[in-house]
This record gives sequence, C-alpha cells and structure tokens, in this order.
Amino acid sequence: MKIAVCVKQVPDSWAEKKMVNGVLDRENVDAVLNDLDEYAVEEALRIAEEHGGNDEGGANTITLISMGPERATEAVRKGLSMGANDAILVTDAALAGSDALATSAVLAKVISDGGYDIVICGTESTDARMSVVPAMLSARLGWAQLTFASKVVVDPAGKVSITRVTEAGVDELSADFPVVISVVEKINEPRYPSFKGIMAAKKKTIDQKDLAAVGVSAQSAWSQVNDATPRPARAAGLKVNDEGNGGEALISFLAEKKLI
Amino acid sequence: MSNVFILADFSGDKASKTTAELATAGARIGSVIAVVLAPNGKGAALAATVNQGPVTSVLVLESDDFSAHGVAASADALANLVKEKSPTALLVASHAFGKEVAARVAVLTESGIITDAIDIAADATATQSVFGGSTTVLSKVSHGTPIITVRPNSVEADFSASTPAIESATATIGAEAKKARISSSQPPVKGGRPELTEANIVVSGGRGTDGNFTAVEAFADSLGAAVGASRAATDAGWYPHSHQVGQTGKTVSPQLYVACGISGAIQHRAGMQTSKTIIVVNKDPEAPLFDIADFGVVGDLFNVLPKATEGVLARNS
Repeated sequence: MKIAVCVKQVPDSWAEKKMVNGVLDRENVDAVLNDLDEYAVEEALRIAEEHGGNDEGGANTITLISMGPERATEAVRKGLSMGANDAILVTDAALAGSDALATSAVLAKVISDGGYDIVICGTESTDARMSVVPAMLSARLGWAQLTFASKVVVDPAGKVSITRVTEAGVDELSADFPVVISVVEKINEPRYPSFKGIMAAKKKTIDQKDLAAVGVSAQSAWSQVNDATPRPARAAGLKVNDEGNGGEALISFLAEKKLI
Repeated sequence: MSNVFILADFSGDKASKTTAELATAGARIGSVIAVVLAPNGKGAALAATVNQGPVTSVLVLESDDFSAHGVAASADALANLVKEKSPTALLVASHAFGKEVAARVAVLTESGIITDAIDIAADATATQSVFGGSTTVLSKVSHGTPIITVRPNSVEADFSASTPAIESATATIGAEAKKARISSSQPPVKGGRPELTEANIVVSGGRGTDGNFTAVEAFADSLGAAVGASRAATDAGWYPHSHQVGQTGKTVSPQLYVACGISGAIQHRAGMQTSKTIIVVNKDPEAPLFDIADFGVVGDLFNVLPKATEGVLARNS
C-alpha cells in the first residue's frame, strides 16, 4: 500500500504566540512537529507493520507530505526518524499566510499526483485548531472521508473501516481505497524515534518542491484578520486558606456573584 | 432583506440550544432560514422543534443518505442549496460534525471559512479567541459566501418563541459524497449532566482528585453543572477522554468554571480561560491556575467541595 501522512510544523504549544500583520508570527518561536500528527505517523507505521512492513523492498511505503517554510524540514525529519520512508515538502514564498483552503488545495494536488491508497492526518494542528483540512482534502480529491478515527482496520485488498468518535457519538464507517483518514489522539501511543531511526532519517529524502514543481498557483487567503488584540491578562482575585470554612467562603462568593 | 442560512443543530430529536444561538447571531446579518437535514419522513417533526430564537423560516431537506453517509452527504446537500439560493452567510455549530460540514461546503462553493467564532457582527465580521484565549481576533471572509462556525455557548441566545414558516427543498447529493458508508451509529452515552461544551457551569477535576471524582461530581450535580477533567486525570484513566478540557480536548467557556485539584498547565488553560468566572480549589498555594482565578481556596478539595455542595443544596431546599 502507498500511504501518505500529512504533517505540519507548528509553534511549540508552550511558546507564547503573537499575531504580526494579521498572521501568526512563525519566525520567532520554537517550532516542532504538530503533536497530533505524531498519532497519524504512528498509525501509518502500525498499519504498514501489520501488513508486511515498510522496509526497503517491503509491501508498503509511507510518505510524509508537508507545506511550510524551509525550516519545516526539522519537523518532517522527526516523522522520518519515527520510521516514514520519505517526504515531500512544498515550500514557496508565495504560500506565506495561506489559509486552510489554500493549504488543502496544494496538499490535494501533491496527494493526487502521488497515487496513494490512504492519506492519514491528525485531527487538528495545535496552532490554528480548525480541524478542517482532512475534510477539505476529502472534498477536493473526491475520496471517502473517514475522520475522527479512534480505531482503523485496513484490508490491503482495498478497504478501510474506522470507528469515529465525536461528541455526537460513535459511528462505524467503512470505504474503499482511496481514503482520507484523520485520527484522534487516543488511537495509539506514538513511538519515540530510536537512535537508529534518527541516524537513518538523516539519509532519507525530503523532496522540496516549489509551487511550479507541484503545478498549482498560489491562492490568496479567502478570509482576513482585520484586528488582533492580546486579551487583557486575567488578574488573580481573592484567595483564601481553607481553615474549615473554605466551602462556605466559596458559597458566599458564588452568592455574591449571583451564580447560585 | 438578505437571507442568512443556519444549519439547525439537534440534540436527539429536538433543536438544541445552539440552534437558537446560531439564529440570534444570524439575525444580526439578515433574516434567518434554518436548514434542517432530516431522514426521510422525519423532517416535519424535527422542523417543528426549531421554535426558539429569531428564525424566519425553516427549510427541510429529507434524505436517508444523511445518516448513511454522514458528513460528506450533509455537506453536499447543503453546498448545493447554498449555490442555488445564494444566502449572505452560512452559520454552523462549531463541533466536529459542524466544522467538517462547513469545511466541505467551503471547498464546494469556493467560499472563505472562519471557525470557532465567539461572536458575529452585522457585517459578518467574526470574533475569535485564539492561541488558548490569549488573543482576540476580528476576521472577515473576503470570497464567496461567508461560512462561519460558531462555538456553542458563546452567543447569548434570544430564546423567545417563534413560529417560522416551514418549507421543503430537494436534497441533491452526488455519488462522490456517498463513498463512506456508516454501518452503525450510537448516540453519546448521556448521563443526567449537561453537555460539556454547552454547560453554563463546569466543575473539573485533575491530579488532586487522586482518581476519586465523587466530590467533584457531587458538587457539579448540586449546581446542575457538567463535569470536566484535566489531561492528567484522563490519561490516568480516572475519567473518560470525552470530558477532557484543554488544548487537545474540549474548549469550554461557561459562566462559571470550577477547577479542583488542577495545577493549570498552559494546555489546560487553553481550554478554559475564556470562562466568565473561574474558581480554583487546590492544596498547593503555588498552583499556577490561582493566577487567573477570580476566587481561590487553598485547601483539600475533599474537605472544601463536600461543604460547598451542602451549602448549595441547603440554599436550594
């Protein structure tokens, strides 16, 4: 099987994020592989291992697909060190400030040219948190959408079944190849790259392409940020020590604020 | 006057509170037409429950493909309706299903999309709270039909009764939207407690519960609140993942958030710091969450919560 995993480099979730001219300042923060994409890489590895592996000459290949600045090779390298075979990074100055629609258009072109059977994504990125790219990819490619999966079962003959878990309940879904999957974080426990994996990743190919090489033109963002203001910091309020009356103090506070 | 579409949101077989919130936000932009996607034969009954908030009319689309093929089928029907009727904007609830439907409609109608709006102005400018609530952003769609997902519990809903006209339209769903097949669906296991993201009050427990949520649950029940949990508590298996509040869990912004035995890692804050009022109960006086608490009690939650629960019950009796 040919499996693709979409990965994104994001600002470290511990870092303080700022808006500059209506877009997230990505230059001046530590950047890492999106946490939630690690589950997608792990799931791809798990599926490959279950069906003949992805070693050289193995039955499966796992390709990471990413879009971002050149610096995103660091995050992509992490996925390679976990065990993916190779990677494609679309990097082009014209893509700065792309929205999810533009991003999904570029990724969809790379995916459709690659002839994959399965595309796996995380459910969201920890920076924008929109959760829309997997659905957009499915719509653009015309492939089945199997998203918010807490369990994935692959029949290499060409069928995927998932358990979808959302606030609306639990659904069992299935579809024939090719499919777009997104996985929730409880699906697996992503492996730590081994020393061997890290060394091997240094030799793996990251195919950097600009938009011309991909064969799409840049699409400007279809929504604009007109204003961004830091939220006034919350000031600490009253703090009391519980000397047997903490519960009562709490009730008085609630009553005073008319919350009970 | 221009028309605004809202995708009616249901809890079981009744329109949810979120539907009234979407209608309230939509009415600022134009007359609200609530779109109801229903199984064959169920449209009229579902439409009849869309009777709160400023809804001008209800448009019912019936098809068994909605339950058989999920997100893609719903989005396809909605996108075709949007193309045909050209509303000024489309508002959808910001949950997993709503966001995915909105995402597909944006692609299919070549329209810009904004997710997780917490407010909407008359010119369809959306307010978002981003980066874990640290920044407030005003955005506007500049291409196609503005498609905006609105976070439940953010817009103060007008719940006044309405008697919208009910009409029906044809659900047009293409073959590409039927590729995923749903073989079974189970509604969420509902306790007697409100939905976490829709609740006015949320009481959450963390590491300090040491795995025992009874005090947290009892206090929540006395207040009619939903129960949340920190990632530490859900990872330890003490409480279901579906109740996790924080960056990788749910984002909540209730009127009152009570954090019990939660130190307040930045990931947890990201999911709750837009709550109107925050109360923190923690043994550790240095817990970082005290820094953003309107009221804090330094003490053991197993001593503080039972007394507080008694206090609430006594007031209500």
